[in-house]
Amino acid sequence: MSAATLFGLCAAALIGIGLYGLIVNPHPLRKILAFNVVGSGVFMLFGAIARRGAAAGMGGDPVPQALLITGIVVAFSATALAVALLLRLFDETRSVSLASDAPDKTQPGVDDV
Amino acid sequence: MLTTPGGTLLVMAVLVPFVGVLLGLTLGGRHVWRVAAVTVLAGLAIVASLASMLLQSGDTVVYLLGGWAPPLGIALRADSLSVVMMLAVAVVICGIGLYARSDFGSVAGAAEARAPFTFWLLLLAVWGSLNLVFVSGDLFTLYVALELVTFSGVPLVCLDGRGETLRAALRYLLFALAGSLLYLLGAVLLYGAYGTLDIALLAERIRPEPIAWSVAALMTVGLLAKTALFPLHLWLPPAHAGAPAAASAVLSALVIKGSWFLVVRLWFDVMPGVVTLSAAQLLAGLGAAAIVVGSVVALRQERLKLLVAYSTIAQIGYLFLMFPLAFDAGGSALVHGPALTGGLLQAVSHATAKAAMFMAAGLVYAALGHDRIADLAGVARAMPITILAFALAGLALMGVVPSGAYLAKKLMLDAAASSGQWWWEGVLQGGAVFTAAYVVLVLTHVMRRPRGPAQPLKRVSRLSEFAALFLGLCSLLLAFAALGPLPGDLVKNPLAPGELGTTLLVFLGGTLLALGLSPQPLLAATRGGPLRRTMTRAGIAFEHSDGFVRRWPSASIALLTLAALFGWLLLARPLP
Repeated sequence: MSAATLFGLCAAALIGIGLYGLIVNPHPLRKILAFNVVGSGVFMLFGAIARRGAAAGMGGDPVPQALLITGIVVAFSATALAVALLLRLFDETRSVSLASDAPDKTQPGVDDV
Repeated sequence: MLTTPGGTLLVMAVLVPFVGVLLGLTLGGRHVWRVAAVTVLAGLAIVASLASMLLQSGDTVVYLLGGWAPPLGIALRADSLSVVMMLAVAVVICGIGLYARSDFGSVAGAAEARAPFTFWLLLLAVWGSLNLVFVSGDLFTLYVALELVTFSGVPLVCLDGRGETLRAALRYLLFALAGSLLYLLGAVLLYGAYGTLDIALLAERIRPEPIAWSVAALMTVGLLAKTALFPLHLWLPPAHAGAPAAASAVLSALVIKGSWFLVVRLWFDVMPGVVTLSAAQLLAGLGAAAIVVGSVVALRQERLKLLVAYSTIAQIGYLFLMFPLAFDAGGSALVHGPALTGGLLQAVSHATAKAAMFMAAGLVYAALGHDRIADLAGVARAMPITILAFALAGLALMGVVPSGAYLAKKLMLDAAASSGQWWWEGVLQGGAVFTAAYVVLVLTHVMRRPRGPAQPLKRVSRLSEFAALFLGLCSLLLAFAALGPLPGDLVKNPLAPGELGTTLLVFLGGTLLALGLSPQPLLAATRGGPLRRTMTRAGIAFEHSDGFVRRWPSASIALLTLAALFGWLLLARPLP
């Protein structure tokens, strides 16, 4: 098995694990982490594709690497925005549930448990 | 391939709104709306000159960034498809800017507030990123543009910073991110298989083979999640529930059009021979389900804002009906033809009409302090311009009188008849009946004579009312497209017996639906009839199923199932 294939399979595994986490974890922070795991899988796949498509004597195709950096920046900004929203949500309601009928724990008369 | 004359306009159309964002950010909250006003005017001029240039030459305008040609460089391209969308977005942004002037304009002597400051910056950011979506000639640039649209759309949901709006924004962001990852995965696989992401080069190199089918399935479903097509609409209703009316108008009229446009680009320009008729049938089938579920749940809503939000879900479904109708005679490849024109016209008239409807709903809320549909009696007398705007937008969406949506419906009906897909004719007409139902429902309530003393009304800005009316009128006046680029025989005399009969049938069907499904009975006589009981029960069942579909696990499983289903339908193509 060539290195590119091995990395490709690892990427597929990461994407699978991330998608599973994105679906089953109710906690938004875990969803954000799962999003990053899927993202890492996609970027790794792109790296493997860059290696496979390299011309003779070169370490890798440069175009995917340029795109990869951009992709990482976009994923980083997305994570930052999501975490900022999550922190603000916790400040406002003292709960981080995404369910639409989640209790607002800052209201008087609701137990703060 | 070289940069064509006027190519600089493409860069300007993207850059000018973002320069406005940076300038507004530097100058601060007191001046931000002035910066926005200047930017909107400049952007409108740029788009208008781009349109006139395209109209004269008829060729695609191209700009090569840094003078590097694809596949190494990145090209910006504007064909007639993109210019039509850019014009529509510019007009709607103008209308929304006028509307928001009274809500978010700075008042002399008042302290700076965060919401107006953020609103104007985000409005310009949405505009710039949408223009980038329309002119990008490269699938990776499109990914970045699409993420920019989402990043500027999400904070619009939580402008007032209350807990529930933050929750809605987070839901929207996370689900949109899941969708964009599927899109990115598709783009990566395409690069691995064909060595380029440039749309024109890809269209030459792509072959109907398993890798192209998987890419088509992944990218389409990822984009559907961002467009909020049923059953992937979990983020849309809560996002609209708490957002200010101007922000809702941006989200519903413009933001979802970005990812919709990308589906169109992908299917029609990148892989017209890769996608199959059966996959297109599934896409339009989801659209038909969206029309039924969205409209029935809209009729069951008690708040005007949420009624308009759910009607958006139905209208999104309408936008996907054109896909199976746009195949060539052999049913093997998608072609640019009347069905695509119809779909585009539908998108443009939805953008203007839905923005007008959200504005009217926002004005009603501002005047009354609530927007419970059952308590709207007497509003028509107090705010005639607002209600006129709502009614015009509703008429335009129904597509009964000569309007943009009417032409779109005619074009798609013709395409359905000529390709023998009679079932889509039924869906197209049925959609109009559902639209008529919620327009009739709202109009009946607002025209009622109020029981007891008249409700105290706050004065709303005249400018905002006229902005809503302007967009509603735009949607109707799109019918004049028949004078220019469209065949003129599409418009028939609206008073001819056949046309009048259809109009009456649509209204009659709509009234019956409204009578049966409204949460409060419209007429005392229908209270407790057996038909009304059955329809109410059906309506509640639809609400429950909508609630189930909108839960996170079911929506994300639907996302993956749909990807698999699209892949399977593309794989199971008939052998030539």
